Amino acid sequence: MSVPLLKLNHVSKSFAGVDALSDVSLEVSPGEVLCLLGDNGAGKSTLIKVLSGVHKPTRGSVEVEGRPVVFDSPKDAGDLGIATVHQYGGTFPLMSVARCFFVGKEPTRGVWPFQYFDKKTAAEITVREMQKLGITRVTDGDRLVGSLSGGERQSLAIARAVYFGAKVLILDEPTSALGVKQATHVLRLIMQARAHGLAVVFVTHNVTHAMAVGDQFAVLIHGRMADDFRKGERTREQITDLMAGGEAMADLEAELAGLTGSGNS
Amino acid sequence: MTAHAPHSARRTPSRSAAQPAAAPAPEGPAPQASRRSASSFLRRPETGALMGTVTVFIFFAIFGGAQFLTTGGVASWLNIAAELAIIALPVALLMVAGAFDLSVGSVVAGSSVTLAVVSGTYGMPIIVGILAALAVGAITGFVNGFIVVRTSVHSFIVTLATQFALAGLTLGLARVLTGSTSVSLSPDPFWKSAFGTLINGQFEVAIFWAIGIALVVAWVLQMTKFGNWIFATGGDNLSARAAGIPVAKVKISLFVASGLGAALVGIIQTMLYNGAQTGTGQSFVFNSIVAVVVGGVLLTGGYGSVIGVMLGCLTFAIVNQGIYYTGWNSDWAALILGILLLAAVLMNNTFRKLALSSGAPKTTTRKGH
Repeated sequence: MSVPLLKLNHVSKSFAGVDALSDVSLEVSPGEVLCLLGDNGAGKSTLIKVLSGVHKPTRGSVEVEGRPVVFDSPKDAGDLGIATVHQYGGTFPLMSVARCFFVGKEPTRGVWPFQYFDKKTAAEITVREMQKLGITRVTDGDRLVGSLSGGERQSLAIARAVYFGAKVLILDEPTSALGVKQATHVLRLIMQARAHGLAVVFVTHNVTHAMAVGDQFAVLIHGRMADDFRKGERTREQITDLMAGGEAMADLEAELAGLTGSGNS
Repeated sequence: MTAHAPHSARRTPSRSAAQPAAAPAPEGPAPQASRRSASSFLRRPETGALMGTVTVFIFFAIFGGAQFLTTGGVASWLNIAAELAIIALPVALLMVAGAFDLSVGSVVAGSSVTLAVVSGTYGMPIIVGILAALAVGAITGFVNGFIVVRTSVHSFIVTLATQFALAGLTLGLARVLTGSTSVSLSPDPFWKSAFGTLINGQFEVAIFWAIGIALVVAWVLQMTKFGNWIFATGGDNLSARAAGIPVAKVKISLFVASGLGAALVGIIQTMLYNGAQTGTGQSFVFNSIVAVVVGGVLLTGGYGSVIGVMLGCLTFAIVNQGIYYTGWNSDWAALILGILLLAAVLMNNTFRKLALSSGAPKTTTRKGH
């Protein structure tokens, strides 16, 4: 197996002495989807912030393509090809899709002080890249981001990350705010990114979505790795049980069965 | 946005080609072109501001009588609008980036008094006084920006504090240095004509300053990389930072720009009135916010346009001056402005919602928020 693109070695992160993460080891390789599962408050967001350069680990180390790295800012992580897409796409509702796509990386023309933001090129590239991801409804770079659906915004953010050369795509709960159809679209995007050889870290609490696309799984509970397995090694029930804290879930099961039919939506 | 029309026209064929049956066109396919332009006009953020300006203009043209429309009448509100615009344009940029500047009033007074003291009381060359006045604006802006960025105390409070502090400093120093709250200055003709002359005896040269600044600000906001950073900073500070935008530098430089705008008005007023008063300019604090918000800039940042702000300044000035031509008591001007501000904000919200729903058959935009 190739050198993992991104690797965490025994990473811990504590805030004011309280451990938000303890001794977490993970790795993800090109063309693989790592699903990071955990209930709210399990430490998923802290882990994402460590991966994306917002926080530095208190103990342990981060490796990118086999080399140990220390990120001083999200920009450092971005420069090494680690792109994070947040729940709402990290986008700007009142900006045009072209402006948003190129935010911080605007293509320019001309010589200073007459250098200008080449919005025409920006619009063309944005529309083209979004079409590649199956968003055919956006044909005008001047469309406001706020007029896109949640799934389209995720697509915009993913298209942006891929276009700017991301090697690792960290997706923070990309499907949780979406309806079934749009969530399916985002899952398809994850598979596309995987097929292009990107390493994808898919953070979710939705076991169904995780099982649909994941190659590797890691379950976080109270900041610790509770389980770590490959595709096909666990059943959905086992994962759900683990996430919800095992026996507590079993007690609830009977009660929930009468109300919802099964443990998940 | 002059590039918009040819741009979308050119795209129309590829639009229909790239759009198979899967995604139904939001509006019927046939009249799309014409309906698109009409509806995109309605969706422009400036539309509300334009309607406001036209409404008050017609209102005062009717009730203000012939006097309102004479050159003298037009000059009276253009002058007000111009001075206001010089302050409101950078204040608008700052608001688009998500911050307030309430210190502009004291910067006008402080820079005005500085110019008069340096070049009047102490007899230094006018250019030294001008540079000192601009320095007052730039330093105040930098202090505002630095504190806001470093402490993350809201800019509303920080600039309110500098507004008071600088007003006190101006008054105190003026009394210590000149023994008076009013300092006179007799500028030589060159500087007088550059900043404080009346063209045709009626139109302030500030009108040209305002137009020039509007062009520069429009270029920066719409056409440059920095403009995109301004929108992003105000749209979502965290995402902007994650995208590698130096949000602290963006904010500090905009605070400095806002200080410089106010200082320029201070210089203009000193030249125009041949002297400075320590109490001058305080009305700009809220008037600039009224103009900017009436002009469609989103109070919470991330949205706004130069055309809108210019229209906001015109609307403000027309109401402010128009009332005198009606023969009514001028006390009513503030009432009209208050109502107008509220109406403008409500109207702008409506137009913004329209813009956000542009062309989408059915959006699930806000779902999950």
